[in-house]
Amino acid sequence: MRSPLLRILGIALLGAAIVVLLSIKLNAFRDYQIAEIAVYVTAVAGLTVLTGLSGQISLGNGAFMAIGAYTTALMLAHLGWPFVAVLVVAGIVSAATGAIVGVAAARLHGPYLAGVTLMLGVALPFLAFVYPSTLGGDQGLNVVYTQPAFLGANFPLTRWQAWISSAVALVVLVLLANLGRSRVGRNWRAVRDDEVAAALAGINVAQARVLAFVVSAACAGLAGALLAIITALVAPGAFTITLSIALLTGAVIGGLGTLFGAIWGSLVIVLVPVYATDVATSHGLSTAVASNIPIAAYGVVLILVMLIFPQGIQGGVLWVLRLFGISAARPSRQASTPDAMPSAGETPARPHEKEGTQ
Amino acid sequence: MNRSRSHRLRVPAIAVMATAALAVAACSSSSSSSSGSGASSTSSAALTASAPGITATTITIGSHQPLTGPAAPGYSEIAPASAAYFAYVNANGGVNGRKIVYKYLDDAYNPTTTASVVRQLVLQDNVYAIFDGLGTPTHLAVESFLNAQKVPDVFVASGCDCWNQPTTDPETFGWQLDYIREGKILGSYIAKHFAGKKIGYFYQDDEFGQDGVKGLDMEIPKSMVVGRQTYVPTNVNIGPAVAALHASGAQVVVSFSIPAFTALLKLNSLKLGYSPTLVVSNVGSDPITLSGLLESFAKQGGATVNGNQLTAGIITDGYLPTLGDTSNSWIALFKKVHDQYDAKAPFDGNVLYGEAVAYTFVQAMLKAGRNPSRADLVNAINAGLPQGPAVAPYAYSSTDHAGVTGAYIGVINNGVLTQEGSVETTDTTASGAITTVTAAQQSAPASGIPSP
Amino acid sequence: MVEFLQFTLSGISFGMIYAAIALSLVLIWRGTRLVNFAQGAMAMFTTYIAIEVIYHTGSYWTGFVVALAAGIVLGAAAELAVIKPAQGRPELNAVIITIGLLVLLEGLAGIFYGGQYRSFPAAFSVTGLHAGSTALGVSRFDVFVAAAVLVTTLLLAAGFRYTSAGLRMRAAAFNATVARLSGIRVARVITVGWALAGLLGALAGLLVSPSTFLYPNSMDTIFVFGFTAAVIGGLDSPVGAVIGGLLLGVALSYAGGYLGSQVTALVALGILVVVLMLRPAGIFSGAQVRRV
Repeated sequence: MRSPLLRILGIALLGAAIVVLLSIKLNAFRDYQIAEIAVYVTAVAGLTVLTGLSGQISLGNGAFMAIGAYTTALMLAHLGWPFVAVLVVAGIVSAATGAIVGVAAARLHGPYLAGVTLMLGVALPFLAFVYPSTLGGDQGLNVVYTQPAFLGANFPLTRWQAWISSAVALVVLVLLANLGRSRVGRNWRAVRDDEVAAALAGINVAQARVLAFVVSAACAGLAGALLAIITALVAPGAFTITLSIALLTGAVIGGLGTLFGAIWGSLVIVLVPVYATDVATSHGLSTAVASNIPIAAYGVVLILVMLIFPQGIQGGVLWVLRLFGISAARPSRQASTPDAMPSAGETPARPHEKEGTQ
Repeated sequence: MNRSRSHRLRVPAIAVMATAALAVAACSSSSSSSSGSGASSTSSAALTASAPGITATTITIGSHQPLTGPAAPGYSEIAPASAAYFAYVNANGGVNGRKIVYKYLDDAYNPTTTASVVRQLVLQDNVYAIFDGLGTPTHLAVESFLNAQKVPDVFVASGCDCWNQPTTDPETFGWQLDYIREGKILGSYIAKHFAGKKIGYFYQDDEFGQDGVKGLDMEIPKSMVVGRQTYVPTNVNIGPAVAALHASGAQVVVSFSIPAFTALLKLNSLKLGYSPTLVVSNVGSDPITLSGLLESFAKQGGATVNGNQLTAGIITDGYLPTLGDTSNSWIALFKKVHDQYDAKAPFDGNVLYGEAVAYTFVQAMLKAGRNPSRADLVNAINAGLPQGPAVAPYAYSSTDHAGVTGAYIGVINNGVLTQEGSVETTDTTASGAITTVTAAQQSAPASGIPSP
Repeated sequence: MVEFLQFTLSGISFGMIYAAIALSLVLIWRGTRLVNFAQGAMAMFTTYIAIEVIYHTGSYWTGFVVALAAGIVLGAAAELAVIKPAQGRPELNAVIITIGLLVLLEGLAGIFYGGQYRSFPAAFSVTGLHAGSTALGVSRFDVFVAAAVLVTTLLLAAGFRYTSAGLRMRAAAFNATVARLSGIRVARVITVGWALAGLLGALAGLLVSPSTFLYPNSMDTIFVFGFTAAVIGGLDSPVGAVIGGLLLGVALSYAGGYLGSQVTALVALGILVVVLMLRPAGIFSGAQVRRV
């Protein structure tokens, strides 16, 4: 009986080895894509924990990414701290914001929580316009970042970006995996499934919910910090509501509540549009048509995946594995998320109906 | 989404003579006959793959453009227009016999996407240069990357003066008239013709509007300005801003706005019964685009508004020949190319822009030599470029990477922009004078292709 | 003072648009318990259909009616094709499906109609009305906008209250299982709900597009504020949707006028937070959830 922690670390090390191998074998642009994917994995993992494990929907995690990114840009520009320290501070600042949002949203459920987080995602970038001298306005702030000297002058920047982003992503995944298996994770699931029962069992519901927001915001903040250094610019145009929505769709498409799902979802977010663009442009269509095909295709992918694999891609992967007789170590409990969008009383698993309100 | 309409720099064409001399010198082929038209030199040097993106038969360049998303309307016409001009050149001998392959990718005006697609173009597709990258925040995301990679970053489609940093970003060049110069030219016109009147500013809350206002303030006395209102492209309800300008009593409103918001400014003024004189930046004043936006309001039963009526009297500036001047050789050339290669799009300001900047690129490529390296292109522009379709000279030199330096003032009537007065050039400082250009604009080459 | 009046009236005009979107979201929420993120995109699409009809027939009102009909069809079709199959699954899936629908519709609009601005006609004159010599800051068209939304809301409310079809819809929304046991075809009622929501969305698109110009993303911001209005008012309450819309429209107008255009979204966030802190299910929320 191997310790689950060892198994998680083993998987993480395997992941690290794969990344290092790929980053060396593939070209520089692919390395950059690996870095991009790792950024999304970090953010989506936090969101999938928030929405999948604790049942709170958030359409505003892009705002937390912006906070992490701007913190990073400001610190690198004004203080001379090493990047790891900056990363930690960015995570802390985002976590603090997450706490504030979590407290404000503690009593909110379903669409009301969605509405507040949506407006958070829309409104927060405008702070850059309100404080243009510090935050750079529409043009944003340049991010000053040089790769460490110990790598030598010939080490490709994109490979370093891939390594550091993947390292942060893997660390975050390991931490979240442990958190999910711990009492904290069990509390989250209890609160998600039935708040009243959880409260009766002695769980501090509000605290659990706020903690989930804190963790999710910290992950998003770290992702934002990574985004800042790989793109070298932080500007409000990079943190539109499209980003927040992409994070949520990534989490659900990949498999809500699962960390592997965060990886599949991030692959979809980064690779599907590029692939679709290549296919569209190779057919010699007019610009208006060719540039919109990837968008339409992305929409079709979202709809089809949700209809065919209701448990997301990870659900599909597990199903395939089960077909071959390989049972998953833990049944993937894609429990319904009643807080997200309570159904009209149709979920068979629930013991009692939620009545519609007048 | 935030949008800043930043494109186009101007370059004074003072170096026309120097260019001609340098072109002869830089030409690597031994025998270039100076007689006759711009026929390709009779050099016998073979075409080689002299740089990334250049093969014996093709030159591949890349760009990032907002083809989808809220910033796409209007701007998404530019790249196809450039591609149309390149197709024309390719069909008529190409650049030294090579065909230009123009690969432009969609970034939806999102700097993160720009960073990604530009890396794809440079690291995977190995383009020779990045041409006409559109947008200020978007291009800022890739400026340092391109310069670190030593990829020519030519003719950025943005009027920010941030592309003019030859010491830190030697690969980057602007093209269109920058917003500070534009503000100065418009401002000086207003100060002269509307002395004693009350002026109001209406501008986009980003570097496009802010730089424009900077230029205006250099020429318009502060005491004349009674109101300053901003807008953000995501919020179309500018009623309150226009009401505030109305309340301030502004008789002339200077607008650094994109076409949609120029149209909204007009419509909201109509609602208030407010009819100030409108002075609009070139970015937002293309008569065809404006008429298109306002045309529906002409077809109303019983109403007396008319599309062209709504744009009548708008004062603006232009640094390319006006579309209405059909006798102008440049307009004739670009219309011919448009009709042949880009006929579906309306022949409007965006298409004119796309073709004009493409023409400038071909000029630069021809100057760069028969088997150019990346540095050759940069050096060719540093040596100065002939004015081409721009009405004023470019500023290009090794110490100045700004583009067009001047413009003329014009008035819109009956849906057409007519030039008023002569072309004026200036710089970006408060003390820099505004001087009139006396030399007439050169005609377009008969073949439609720049001479090498 | 005149400025204040102008801000108020123009705020009401936009507020009615938000109310229309909010109302359509409420209709869908009551029927299927999910937020239709594609509501704005569907409205954009039907408005494109309208402009093509107007262009080919030369008649505004023909295009108007066709757009409303298209809204009904699109709403019902969306529900039958992609929402119904997702019932009984994790609820968030249906939300992602609506997001997929949103993206798909914007892509299709770009493919079929191109990404350039289209000017959309207003039903009535856009020149301003005056009270004596003071400009009111609204036009006849703005008055039509307010009237159209109000009339539609009242008709819907009357329909819900006084017709048996309305009673069936309310029953199905209140408790679907019991409604089924009473013989109501809940599935059909849900489809009708989506169809009506599509109609409302199409109306909103027709009314707002003169001011935003029509392009694939033109309804994005309108949707966000419409959703916010629905949340403020309470997603179960049609009255709340209208009040929420008006409140938001006017508040944002004041914010834009007195504080500047950059802060409107921040002000909306502030209003939302304040309202939800006091009433976590919106102003007009009904019975509260059980508490321990």
